[in-house]
Amino acid sequence: MILARVVGTVVATRKDPRLEGFKLLIVKPVSPEGKDEAGYVVAVDTVSAGIGERVITVSGSSARMAEGCKDRPVDTAIVGIVDEVHLD
Amino acid sequence: MYFGRVVGCVWSTVKNRNLEGHRMLVIQPLTAELANTGQRIICTDCTGAGAGELIYWVRGREASYALLPQEPATDATVVAIVDSIHLKSKVAPAPPPPAAPAPPAPAKGRKPRKG
Repeated sequence: MILARVVGTVVATRKDPRLEGFKLLIVKPVSPEGKDEAGYVVAVDTVSAGIGERVITVSGSSARMAEGCKDRPVDTAIVGIVDEVHLD
Repeated sequence: MYFGRVVGCVWSTVKNRNLEGHRMLVIQPLTAELANTGQRIICTDCTGAGAGELIYWVRGREASYALLPQEPATDATVVAIVDSIHLKSKVAPAPPPPAAPAPPAPAKGRKPRKG
């Protein structure tokens, strides 16, 4: 899992029927200190995250294990909203 | 499976229901020589590892199998705390094999005539 920040939304009218009803967000990976890292990912939101929030994303086939994503064509899912990151 | 070191932890109140109750740790991946490599990731934990501990973690779909029977949505899980590592030290490359003896020179002389 990686930390990411929600930077936008995606609207898609024509999509796989098994993705209907899901909120798609654009997330940008960030370091634990909050610095932006390279790239963007479109992720399915399972926790009602909002723009600007720091979230935890899970990728690969594990994303399908998120509640509500079973047997759906999802490879990145937002599974948590970060309250705090504590670094030793 | 890969080596890593616990460098922090993450608090999250709102999370996917099947991740509830799981600890999340910030892990710095390490090489076998324990040098940092790659970006830090968030791992669930099934060992109770603490700050600064050397662990190994598993990635991919198998990460959720470590937390059976629940199978939460995780792609990286700490599965063990490392006690010690025995790593064969780097050895000098093997010397080149001795040169093969030269093949015997073909016999000189006329070839026997055919027929």
